[in-house]
Amino acid sequence: MLKAVLKKILNLIPTLLGVSLLAFLLIRLVPGDPVMLLLGERGADPQMYTEMKRNMGLDRPMYEQYFTFLGNIFQGDFGHSIVSKRAVLTEFFDRFPATLELGIMAMTFAITLGIPFGIIAAIKRNSFFDFTLMGAGLVGYSMPIFWWGLMLIIVFSVKLGWTPVSGRIDVLYEVDKVTGLLLIDSWWSEDGGFAAFKSALSHLILPALAMGTIPLAVVARMTRSSMLEVLGEDYIRTARAKGLPYARVVIVHALRNALVPIITILGLLFGSIITGAILTEMIFSWPGIGKWIVFSINARDYPVIQGGVMMIASLVILTNAIVDILYLWANPRMRH
Amino acid sequence: MKLWQILFPLCFILSLVSSSHASTFVYCSEGSPTAFNPQITTDGTSNNAAGHTIYNRLVEFKYGATEVVPGLAESWTVSPDGKTYTFKLRKGVKFGTTKYFTPTREFNADDVIFSIDRQRDTSHPYHSVNGGNYEFFKAMEVDTLISTLKKIDNYTVEFKLNKPESPFITNMAMSFMSILSKEYADQLLKENKKENIDNFPVGTGPFVFRSYEKDTLVRFEANPTYWQGTPKIDKLVFAITPDANVRYQKLKTGECHLIIEPAPADINAMKQDSKLKVMESAGLNVGYLAFNVKKKPFDNLDVRRAIYHALNRTSYINAIYMGNAILAKNPLPPTIWSYNDKTEDYPFNIEKAKALLAKAGHPNGFAAELWTLPVTRPYNPNGKKMGEMMQADLAKIGIKVTLVSYDWPTYLAKSRNGEHQMIQLGWTGDNGDPDNFLNVLLGCSGMKAGSNVAQWCQKDFNQKIVKAKSISNQEARTKLYKEAQEIFHDRAPWVPVAHAMIYRAMSAKVQGYKIDPLGGDIFREVYIE
Repeated sequence: MLKAVLKKILNLIPTLLGVSLLAFLLIRLVPGDPVMLLLGERGADPQMYTEMKRNMGLDRPMYEQYFTFLGNIFQGDFGHSIVSKRAVLTEFFDRFPATLELGIMAMTFAITLGIPFGIIAAIKRNSFFDFTLMGAGLVGYSMPIFWWGLMLIIVFSVKLGWTPVSGRIDVLYEVDKVTGLLLIDSWWSEDGGFAAFKSALSHLILPALAMGTIPLAVVARMTRSSMLEVLGEDYIRTARAKGLPYARVVIVHALRNALVPIITILGLLFGSIITGAILTEMIFSWPGIGKWIVFSINARDYPVIQGGVMMIASLVILTNAIVDILYLWANPRMRH
Repeated sequence: MKLWQILFPLCFILSLVSSSHASTFVYCSEGSPTAFNPQITTDGTSNNAAGHTIYNRLVEFKYGATEVVPGLAESWTVSPDGKTYTFKLRKGVKFGTTKYFTPTREFNADDVIFSIDRQRDTSHPYHSVNGGNYEFFKAMEVDTLISTLKKIDNYTVEFKLNKPESPFITNMAMSFMSILSKEYADQLLKENKKENIDNFPVGTGPFVFRSYEKDTLVRFEANPTYWQGTPKIDKLVFAITPDANVRYQKLKTGECHLIIEPAPADINAMKQDSKLKVMESAGLNVGYLAFNVKKKPFDNLDVRRAIYHALNRTSYINAIYMGNAILAKNPLPPTIWSYNDKTEDYPFNIEKAKALLAKAGHPNGFAAELWTLPVTRPYNPNGKKMGEMMQADLAKIGIKVTLVSYDWPTYLAKSRNGEHQMIQLGWTGDNGDPDNFLNVLLGCSGMKAGSNVAQWCQKDFNQKIVKAKSISNQEARTKLYKEAQEIFHDRAPWVPVAHAMIYRAMSAKVQGYKIDPLGGDIFREVYIE
């Protein structure tokens, strides 16, 4: 077991190196010069330009810049933002709780609805219900988040007036940052308490719906196919033949076994949560890492983009590695 | 159905709690401020979040106009040689009290000296704090203009300039000349927290900084001791909402009272909504096509006039600006004082263009390059498309145009070297002074600096603008600038294309708001009905 885990961890090194190279190169391929953007049009004095470029280390050869970036990462230094002058890691952890809160909410939405939908579709296979659910799932999966987010806003916020349009909490509440998760911090807010909590929760609904729709569709389809497979097994037939209630057979016997592949998928969905965050956060003005990365790309803030992408990619890779290791632990056949 | 059954009651309960307080004014802005000090920032977002809220300057722009009026200085005098400016400072002005600073004295000359010297003096303890890049101070050449700055007494300061320059007073009204508190700076110096000066601001302005939640909100409170009277709103919130569509939806639901830059496609719908109102004004900008008058055949006046007549500029306003711009006939936008309204625009006339071209010795036209703007700017949202339309227009009089473009830094660098024949460019004014357009873009000195891409150094034009720059009588300056615009029109070194409009959409209940021609958003007189 230990050997297999070590092998998994060693495998991470080339992946992370590849990510670092991509993060470094991609932003440099995008047209636009950070120095020019910082100086503005009127400040394009050649001397000032050269000086600034040198100060930012951008006049050195590309490979040298890359190795400096890599060397600093090994020392835990992801660089400093060109715009805010603050450490990239500090900036990242300032915003990560917002994305985490939204991600947890979106996943909760996807799991609590996706699994029951999948089960129902499986046991009522080929019924009207099955077709409707799976059809809706396909639509949900292929819907562009940007459009879907705006539709949700127009229907629920503008037409019906049920939820706020965007932001994390009503501007009336000033919440002191403790954990960074507003659903928790709002309870301690001086002017808030329960009302602030409700406001934070109401602001979470639409972005979580928008962000959780694709995972919901994936979980529902995955549950359905996994359940169908399990429901056809001999032991299910045996259980039914013994005269056990159908609900008990489905939930206790079938679902428990069908859940294994679903759990693996949940690990993979973490990646799609992050990519979904970029779009969702822009629409709902959600101050998480997605919005941060977009702002930084617009400002060609190289250190933030390469450092931020590196952090995000590492998180996704690590989560997948943990899921893999858990899988090894759960399934001894995979250890070899 | 299950989803609805779960969501309906939940949303209903939650919707009961979302209401906003009457005296809290929510402004939906588009980006995050980079710092809260206009001395070190250049972007409009940061300027709105600090320059117009927290700080004041010795002189200010009149609300909604480009004229200069007294600010923290009650009055000022200019010596007969135009080189000494003496400012009498206002008494009884208090700096705002914040969670991190309580002032013990009123504003005085020390604060003025501190604020200017921080930018001017490289050995100043605050000069290199937070990057030490005072871009506007350098770009407006204030660094080389001021020779000495002296405190005469607690309420009098004297600036000595190296040469007479009337736009100096306009520059003094720009945000980068904001006055910071020296007492606060001294406190930070003692606490070894110098960096805080630009992020936890203290000023004399209408609002006091309360907090900034990154990429989300900036909170301000009305300054109860503001020298022009406490603002009518108690709290001001900047809600950072990058997407224009979402800003519009928030305006409809009442989550924003006023939004910046509504999407052009939404403006008509906004105008028809009785709960909203839209304000518009020509921006302080100009988009143009410049001829390199040093290169053949553009040294020929008739060729330039022929092209002027051949371009159907009204069609560009509709296709490129979606109608959100006005046709330009002068290099100055109409919101600037001294704009020459009498200029008669060159009409779109193919026959006349052909005749002029024949007169210039090119009856069959010629081949030329036209450089198209590689970036999106309000003064030209789509350079390539405009280039294609110009190409089609000029083909009608026999001019075969090749469209050329480079990445932005290269484009600027090559145009400064005069490598182009015809080039699209534009300008957004800094301070509302005509000199900031005419001298920078068309003066002989601008040719050396590279900003006069037409390479046009016209003696009589230049004499007028140089003279206008050195005198301080505004009436006399206006006359000179109007005459200069006549010369420009006659000699046609550019084809001015458009002045992009500025739009602001707000709830119909918002009162007291005026569009700032300089592009800012100012809330000191705003209130909700």
